[in-house]
Amino acid sequence: MKTNIILSGVGGQGILTIAAILDTAAIHQDLNVKQSEIHGMSQRGGAVHSHVRISDEEIYSDLIPQGKADLIISVEPMESLRYLPYLKENGWLITDSKSFDNILDYPDESKLIQEIKSHPNTIVLDATKIAKELGNSKAANIVLLGAIADKIPLPEQSLIDAIKLLFSKKSERIVNLNLEAFNTGKMILS
Amino acid sequence: MKKLVLGNEAIAQGAIDAGLSGVYAYPGTPSTEITEYIQRNKYAKEAGIHSSWSVNEKTAMEAALGMSYTGKRSMVVMKHVGLNVAADAFMNMSISGINGGMLIVVADDPSMHSSQNEQDSRYYGKFAMIPILEPSNQQEAYDITRYAFDLSEELKLPIMVRMVTRLSHSRSGILVQERRPQNKINLLKDTKRFTLIPAFARVEYQHLLEKQPALLKSATKSKYNHLFDSTDVSLGIIACGITYNYLMENFEDMPCQYPILKISQYPVPKEQIAYLYDKCDQILVLEEGYPIIEERLKDFFGLEHKILGRLSGDLPRAGELNPNLVAKALGIKQLKVEKKPEIVSNRPPQLCDGCGHTDLFNALNELTPQTGEKRVFGDIGCYALGALPPLNTITSLIDMGASITMAKGAANSGLDNVVAVIGDSTFTHSGMTGLLDCVYEKTPITIIISDNSAIAMTGAQDTSALGRLEQICLGIGVDKEHLKIMTPLRKNHAKNVELIHNEMNYKGVSVIISRRACVRLSRDKKEEIKLKIAEISESY
Repeated sequence: MKTNIILSGVGGQGILTIAAILDTAAIHQDLNVKQSEIHGMSQRGGAVHSHVRISDEEIYSDLIPQGKADLIISVEPMESLRYLPYLKENGWLITDSKSFDNILDYPDESKLIQEIKSHPNTIVLDATKIAKELGNSKAANIVLLGAIADKIPLPEQSLIDAIKLLFSKKSERIVNLNLEAFNTGKMILS
Repeated sequence: MKKLVLGNEAIAQGAIDAGLSGVYAYPGTPSTEITEYIQRNKYAKEAGIHSSWSVNEKTAMEAALGMSYTGKRSMVVMKHVGLNVAADAFMNMSISGINGGMLIVVADDPSMHSSQNEQDSRYYGKFAMIPILEPSNQQEAYDITRYAFDLSEELKLPIMVRMVTRLSHSRSGILVQERRPQNKINLLKDTKRFTLIPAFARVEYQHLLEKQPALLKSATKSKYNHLFDSTDVSLGIIACGITYNYLMENFEDMPCQYPILKISQYPVPKEQIAYLYDKCDQILVLEEGYPIIEERLKDFFGLEHKILGRLSGDLPRAGELNPNLVAKALGIKQLKVEKKPEIVSNRPPQLCDGCGHTDLFNALNELTPQTGEKRVFGDIGCYALGALPPLNTITSLIDMGASITMAKGAANSGLDNVVAVIGDSTFTHSGMTGLLDCVYEKTPITIIISDNSAIAMTGAQDTSALGRLEQICLGIGVDKEHLKIMTPLRKNHAKNVELIHNEMNYKGVSVIISRRACVRLSRDKKEEIKLKIAEISESY
């Protein structure tokens, strides 16, 4: 079993946090992981992505081949479309609907959402709003992770444990906020 | 449970476990995390392993050699273009050789994700006639680092470890082994080989030449070079470093029918390549960076077998490889995939909201109608983004420190109102010497040090420039009347425009320090910086 996930967003939006949760959960399940990420100049408000690959067999490439991603998880709507060539037929795409408009030619938002929804297997969620209502809009990434958790072949508890482990360095309040974000995301679609 | 690390961190852990006594480096994407890992590592701290940042790659390389001279194990780390800065030391220390094991870790950036070029460091390794190791994955990065220290001491040569961005910045689980103790100080009885006066250098160069068969033998029998034989000899494949993964990705459900030579140690293992060449009808060469091996095998004088690769057009000449490009070269049918929708716009990187560089560029742009266009020479750092719209302020960006010296050359040409914009850390890295050139000749130039009190682009590392810029400039000989400080804030715009204009009107060397801490620094870090600046200034 091999699972390929593309995470996308804009530098600074926290896609590496999702990546770290997936990596940590997978490695605690004794699975193989490869996860490539972008450092350097692009992190300054540019388009960023991460390729996460999880398998019980050997994983060769650090990059997912085109047409082989099972999932795209995007924290920004336009960025969710940038990596469509990687999505496999019948793969799922989940994205936050809240746009991050830092360029001169950002597309019309309603057209953008229309384009996303024109593809099969897409979930568009106002994750930022949901996270804000929980107390911190920054937890939008975890809301999205919760919402798509049943499509990730890792035990839910392993994701929860990873969230606890990774946020424990910050504070108990932040751990709880993120656990709540995860659960809220999960409930929304169930 | 395996340890989850970046390729860069695997190198760092491997070095610590190999008995490293010191790492020397200047930050540079994609190499930075190697040194940062050692700086954070609990054991490394307790054991006193040196890990502070150096001023530039040359000082780093020489310090690492100095540590090796004493018998301890050292490592110097840089991005590919950093090796240009350190090339003087690099080329000479293969002649002197080393004492304690020494590694030169160079992270290349194929596709120029964060660089000005995609030069291939393997040329440098070959130029200096030293072994090069090129890991294909994170576990190999760890194992190879340990192995390379032993090889270095065995051959008495520095060893290059070549990384590429995709491996540097990709995480995977690795298994680590028991840590080897550090070496003790153990000076050589005869240090003659470190004193390269011509008479000794000729002897040592001869020694280097005599060592070459041993290097080739080591590569030939290396466990990191492996020939996977197979029956379908219509094609033989040479896969260097990470390209082996891109190849194997295409054979995840079936074994590869062609013989494969996986290369992770150089010099190029001639014996195995000759075997492959004789046996197979065609050879496909997969290498990240430049077509070094392909060029050597190339059908230049009408040799019998066709060589496929970046030069033949079967793979793109520029940019990094990936599983899809390799599949195409192998003639494997590609999946039909969706196109990127047209509605998606490009999103290039840009300066952060509230960044001090932006306020500086706005001030310079306001002066352009009076002072003339194309006179602002830029440098390497976040402020390089000032070359892009909507700012379009700077019109040159070549290498670390070139803003000052290029502006000087333009001033010597007779161009008026020339300005150099350089960051605080880039200034201490390679700008100070250029400033002395200007002072010596009283060049009419305005140098703006855009000081954000950090090496911001690579993740806000500490810089030794902090608190010392005024003293450095005065010490080099800048006139006190023309050393100015400004705070780049919107509210100071008119004042800053006037200050810059006045200094541009002065027909000598002016230095303006445009100082405001990087907006990405935490409040605590900014406080810490303030205290540090005060402490350092007081000591003068």
